[in-house]
Amino acid sequence: MAVQFSEETHKQFEDVLTRYPTKQAAILPTLWLAQTEFGYLSPAVMEHVADLLDLSPAYVHGVATFYTMFYKEPMGKCHVQVCTNLSCTLRGAEKIVHCLEDRLGVKVGQTTGDKIFSLSEVECLGSCGTAPVIQINDDYHENQTPESTLGLIDELARQAESASTSGS
Amino acid sequence: MTAVPESAKPTSFLLDGRAVDALPGETILQAARRHGVDIPHLCYKDGLRPDGNCRACVVEVKGERPLAPSCCRIPQEGMEVATTSERARHSQKMVLELLLSDVVETTYTLGSELETWARALEIDTPRFAPRRQPEPDASHPAIAVNLDACIQCTRCQRACREEQVNDVIGYALRGSQAKIIFDVDDPMGSSSCVGCGECVQACPTGALMPAKEAGLIEPDKTVDSVCPYCGVGCLLTYHVKDNTILQVTGRDGPSNHGRLCVKGRYGFDYITHPHRLTRPLIRKSGIPKSTEITIDPADPSDVFREASWEEALDFAAGGLKKIRDEKGGQALAGFGSAKGSNEEAYLFQKLVRTGFGTNNVDHCTRLCHASSVVALLEGIGSGAVSNQVADVAEAECIIVIGSNASENHPVAATFMKNAAKAGKTLVVMDPRRTELARHASYYLQFKPDTDVALLNAMMHTIIEEGLVHQEFIEQRTAGFDLIKQNVAGFSPEEMEPVCGIAAETIREVARRYATASGSMIFWGMGVSQHIHGTDNARCLIALALMTGQIGRPGTGLHPLRGQNNVQGASDAGLIPMMFPEYQRVDNEEVRQRFEALWGVSLDPQAGLTVVEIMDAILDDRLHGMYIMGENPAMSDPNLHHARQALAKLDHLVVQDLFLTETAAFADVILPASALPEKTGTFTNTDRRVQLARKALDPPGQARQDLDIIQEMARRLGLDWQYHDTAAVYEEMRQAISALGGISWSRLESQDSVTYPCWTEDDPGRPVVFQKDFPTSDGIARFVPARLIHADELPDAEFPFVLITGRQLEHWHTGAMTRRASVLNAIEPQPVINVHPEDLTALDGAEGDLLTIASRRGEITAYARVDAGLQRNEIFIPFCYQEAAANLLTNEALDPYGKIPEFKYCAVRVSVNRTAEA
Ligand code: SF4
Ligand code: SF4
Ligand code: FES
Ligand code: FES
Repeated sequence: MAVQFSEETHKQFEDVLTRYPTKQAAILPTLWLAQTEFGYLSPAVMEHVADLLDLSPAYVHGVATFYTMFYKEPMGKCHVQVCTNLSCTLRGAEKIVHCLEDRLGVKVGQTTGDKIFSLSEVECLGSCGTAPVIQINDDYHENQTPESTLGLIDELARQAESASTSGS
Repeated sequence: MTAVPESAKPTSFLLDGRAVDALPGETILQAARRHGVDIPHLCYKDGLRPDGNCRACVVEVKGERPLAPSCCRIPQEGMEVATTSERARHSQKMVLELLLSDVVETTYTLGSELETWARALEIDTPRFAPRRQPEPDASHPAIAVNLDACIQCTRCQRACREEQVNDVIGYALRGSQAKIIFDVDDPMGSSSCVGCGECVQACPTGALMPAKEAGLIEPDKTVDSVCPYCGVGCLLTYHVKDNTILQVTGRDGPSNHGRLCVKGRYGFDYITHPHRLTRPLIRKSGIPKSTEITIDPADPSDVFREASWEEALDFAAGGLKKIRDEKGGQALAGFGSAKGSNEEAYLFQKLVRTGFGTNNVDHCTRLCHASSVVALLEGIGSGAVSNQVADVAEAECIIVIGSNASENHPVAATFMKNAAKAGKTLVVMDPRRTELARHASYYLQFKPDTDVALLNAMMHTIIEEGLVHQEFIEQRTAGFDLIKQNVAGFSPEEMEPVCGIAAETIREVARRYATASGSMIFWGMGVSQHIHGTDNARCLIALALMTGQIGRPGTGLHPLRGQNNVQGASDAGLIPMMFPEYQRVDNEEVRQRFEALWGVSLDPQAGLTVVEIMDAILDDRLHGMYIMGENPAMSDPNLHHARQALAKLDHLVVQDLFLTETAAFADVILPASALPEKTGTFTNTDRRVQLARKALDPPGQARQDLDIIQEMARRLGLDWQYHDTAAVYEEMRQAISALGGISWSRLESQDSVTYPCWTEDDPGRPVVFQKDFPTSDGIARFVPARLIHADELPDAEFPFVLITGRQLEHWHTGAMTRRASVLNAIEPQPVINVHPEDLTALDGAEGDLLTIASRRGEITAYARVDAGLQRNEIFIPFCYQEAAANLLTNEALDPYGKIPEFKYCAVRVSVNRTAEA
């Protein structure tokens, strides 16, 4: 069965269309909807978006791969994004990256085997005043130290575990 | 003196200190080149939109701080441009050095533009670190992808997306990782690529090249010629070494502007296929002719023996002569071919008419556009197109009906898609949704067989809403009242349930067609191959006439011609009721003219058509045939019937490249030559007469078709002396007045000239009927059409409708393309296209073997899902000899055009679980 938007997402998509002069112009919000629904933009998802917008798959792929915030691979439940731009690096971001790599057993750009954490380096999160900053999914965590970050990770790991035991 | 508008005036500017001019719209780069100054450039290519991304072309403009990319900068009056100043050169060299460091040292092409410029600007081994390179991709049978030579200039993307509008290539990622992709980064061979090779032709570095390193061999010669396949008539160049074609490139012909499709570009090695006939063959005595074709074309020695040309020709002509002398000329017939040149067609019909003494000469146009031609002759006095494909650029509304142009006229379709992208209204009407529909403003998927309902409803709307062109109707047409009465009962609302298109959509399209400043209609075999094919075409003609959408640029009627020389073969007289230039054989005065030209008396009676000839054989009225380059044992409807007839002939002479299904019935086979092996003219769908030049020698003892026809003629008692092709052409020109201004020498220098063309300095008429129509009184006629149904409607026993047609990769009966390695690799097996829900309902899956049966026959082929079909419709390409669709088709004829109903018959479909896969 080919990939398709859920009814709910499709409604949002139609609403998005009304806000743009052409279908092509709606590509970024449509890709967001797709990422929210499917977690990442697989080739099949991009083809579906192409279909919806009367664009070629190659065009959609070109746009999707231009932006790092569109994921081309399945991501962990928690996407840990460490800012390594100037202010954060001056304030120890690299140490945070290293301790995360050690704790999670993955390198930047990878996802843990249990699919709970993905680790990325990102550019300035616009919160230099509270550097170093990490973003986990949609939430900012400011003034981080390796210790505080590891604390966050432990907490998230606990939550994920209890969710999986109660959910099964 | 009329004032030249400001925008049309040339601009003068200083180029490296020299005063020069730039034509309106010309960039610095183009103007400089015209004045002999070549500025380095890579991402710019003639014909593609300048993108300005590589910056190899920067120049210094006095008074401006940044350097300017000369490929997208239009010079201004008085501008001072330096192309080799220190700053400009430094920057140009830096760009080249950076790009050079990014590509591998391996050479993929002899013509790398990057290397050429690097050499010209004396750049040594680059100083910079290379980038990480993508893996090579050898997944496509015709194209080698080596992106380690790619400089991301996006020429391929523009060629694929903007020029051919195939939309396969994209540009992914960014920065140092940026790369060219196919679809969603698929291997090229499994992407939606249609193999047109436009990207290969566009690539400056060899990152995209013909497979098998053809680009690394220096050719002995290049020969400018014409594509051997479809009626679009693309001009191309053969690159030849040691009597074989290395590669084919597109030339800037008026119908293709450098573009080609997969057949033209990669389908050329059929000419060296081991099945190629290289010696005359004579049927061994005592071998019966059976309707089951079992001969192996690789080794026909069980059935045929080799013979010398002398023996074969004596035997071939002797057999025909005997029948003529004993039973009369009417016991003979000839099939010429729309794949042969004008000269071959002309000589062939002359041979039948003067040597056999009959008008029984026809060719496959009978099977494609005979109905269109009848309707056009009756309505407007000429069967040729009124406007050329290129006119889509002038039109505002373009209707394409019953034509899968993207596959059957691929390069013409690219221009339609360009027009759609430029904002013109493209309307596609077809029971089967094909690629072109994606680009259309309106796609009307009407029910098969209901063309007349749909078109009459459009006319109803145009009349009811007062959108007719009154003046045009009054001054240039007759019979409008008949149409008015006729379509009164065809309101869109009444026709909606008949044709399956919403009344409001019919009305919108009708309004758009009638009111656009220029509207064109293109049609294909979906219109013509019905028992109401003539009626369908009559409706299209009436639409154009009542709205005055004909006789101006960007308007008109264009039946898309299938074979490369359908137009020319018809013009040359391969038609049983007409001499060359559509002169009726039963017209006394005409006949006398041809008797004078040819110096013999001629048969005053119209001859038999393709299907009628088969009937006459079975009726014992016809006993001998000469077939040149046609394959009725595959292309005729209800093949059993045709094959029975062929088997019954006393004497059959076949002249061809291969041992075709038809040749299997021959008594003697004469090995002929392929298009790249001969010189001759071919007339494309646009009425352009185009010159093909010989690039190769025929293999073995195979001979030029013109020579063979003459040898046959001599043995039939005709004293013909044509020294060369030109001599035949010049005689034909005496018989066809519209070629009056197109001399052989003019063709040699211009390659392509449009007729009608009356004098040597006449540029030819791309748009005809501007003042009057070529009817006896100059006036066009409306002919009303009523709704009739197909001859064989689906019922409980045969519930599916079968539509036959072609595929992009395979030509006609597949004799050539299935022997072309690339094309055969892309489409190797017979397929049956089925609607996905029908397939599920049959409990089948894609790739399953399906058996299709009609009242006439049964075949088995592989299921392919095609969501473009409607429920209960199936589509089968007729090129597969092992699953010949025409075993199923219905031979019922259109009463006027005598064209069989290839586009509609009733069949039943089942999953075949027993046959071995
Ligand atoms: S061969 Fe033609 S369709 Fe295929 S990628 Fe190249 S330009 Fe596009
Ligand atoms: S493949 Fe060739 S045409 Fe395409 S971007 Fe690379 S160098 Fe340019
Ligand atoms: S540098 Fe990290 S938030 Fe700005
Ligand atoms: S040729 Fe001008 S920018 Fe590439």
